[in-house]
Amino acid sequence: MDDASIGWVGLGLSLILVGVAVGLSLWQGLRLEREMLWATGRALVQLLATGYVLVFVIDEDTPIAWAWAWVVVMVGVAALTARRRAPEVPGIALLTLAATSASAAISLFVVFGLGIYPMVGRAVVPIAGMMIGNSIGSIVVASRRILAELAERRPEVEARLALGQPWQQASKPFVRSALRTALTSQIENTKAVGLVFLPGAMTGLILAGADPVEAVLVQAAIMYLILGAVATNVVIIGLGLTRHLFTPDHRLVRLARGDT
Amino acid sequence: MSDPTDAPLFELDGVSLVIDGTTILDGIDLEIPARGITVLLGPSGAGKSMLLRLLNRLEVPTAGEVRFRGRPVQEIDPLELRRRVGMVFQRPTPFPGTVRENLLVAEPGATEDEMARVLRAARLDPEFLDRDADELSGGEAQRMCLARTLLTRPEVLLMDEPTSALDPEARRGLERTAQRIARRGRPMVWVTHDLEQAQRLADEVVVLVGGRVATPEQRARYLAGEWSGGNGAAGDAPAGTADAAGSGEGEAGTPGRGGEGGEAGG
Repeated sequence: MDDASIGWVGLGLSLILVGVAVGLSLWQGLRLEREMLWATGRALVQLLATGYVLVFVIDEDTPIAWAWAWVVVMVGVAALTARRRAPEVPGIALLTLAATSASAAISLFVVFGLGIYPMVGRAVVPIAGMMIGNSIGSIVVASRRILAELAERRPEVEARLALGQPWQQASKPFVRSALRTALTSQIENTKAVGLVFLPGAMTGLILAGADPVEAVLVQAAIMYLILGAVATNVVIIGLGLTRHLFTPDHRLVRLARGDT
Repeated sequence: MSDPTDAPLFELDGVSLVIDGTTILDGIDLEIPARGITVLLGPSGAGKSMLLRLLNRLEVPTAGEVRFRGRPVQEIDPLELRRRVGMVFQRPTPFPGTVRENLLVAEPGATEDEMARVLRAARLDPEFLDRDADELSGGEAQRMCLARTLLTRPEVLLMDEPTSALDPEARRGLERTAQRIARRGRPMVWVTHDLEQAQRLADEVVVLVGGRVATPEQRARYLAGEWSGGNGAAGDAPAGTADAAGSGEGEAGTPGRGGEGGEAGG
């Protein structure tokens, strides 16, 4: 495992590449230098803090409850992150909270309940982290697409409502299209894995000296988990957000775009 | 017992609609009769379409009450209300698929005969059933939307400027179809800002100005084609009209009928 340790010197040397990025930004007048340096510093601080807490959380002597508490915090942070990334989506924080909680409960039950991984802090935290982290992007895409579809297609939605369709039926074609868009990128990622890119978990394991085939098995299981979690999230967001955008008497609320 | 058709189809009592702080309709008192074509006429922005949307509860009033056949609309299941009060929108809204698939959205159990009947009522040949709805002309698409609405067997039709996206020939064709449907006992509420169209179609005319039922003076000016433009809001309305607007003169009046008022076209 020592081969995988880069130490502070290695980390410092890797900053050369940040320097390259900053240099390119300056050369091309992109004005992203400050942003890059801020992101670099912030990522390091966040990861270091996480690393030190993880040392405690995944210690074999630490009760597993701490690992689950960590998962709860991640769900909360996911909700806040989704709200920051898509502030125009009404109620997105609560919806994300509900969706990630449900998908985490289902997926983690499969992983640990069926004994795919042993239920220890070392497994709970990174697996939940990968699932929740990957879910945020899909949640944001799905909710934005639903909002845009219903705003742009308002005349068609209202024509369906005017025919006496309930909101669930009147919105279905548009919500379905938005959910397909949100899920497609995850499906494409799953298809491309190994051919186009080597995903993080597998790369990390190989760098840490694990047998590549073992690393592949771990990665494949994680990809399937992520796919399941993303699908669960997207569908929950689809149902929850659409419910939010219609009144109980089957009217489409006013939306930012497409209103007349 | 009086003839039920004498009872108003819709009654609006002190209806106001405020959206995002903007007053769209202000204290509307109005009765819409249960026969013929009632035209809601007025300049753009007068609140005509919003008033129409209150009738099938696509909007709900901020204040006041809307009644359909004597019953407050909020007491009627909205899905039932919308099937009883059909609506055709300003622009055709074909759904993906064929004309048949469009009709089946309105009535999933509709038979071929029923679909042919509503297409004929909308003056479309039943051969259109297998045509792709996206390939129809504007006039054909709007007729298909009318047929789709008719399939729910509505008691009344709300027509929200349904000819505004059509060429003159298609417009006149749809008007004749509407008149035929109304003559056969299905009343209609037709929104337009086109005075000549109102004169061709209307059995009754309600003039809306600035979110209110027009005062007699405003109404006379509008029907005479002397309206200077604007929707009557803020500075448009003549001085002294503010108090008169909600004072009960909102009963639909008799217009110039069927081309008699051609000289008034402005």
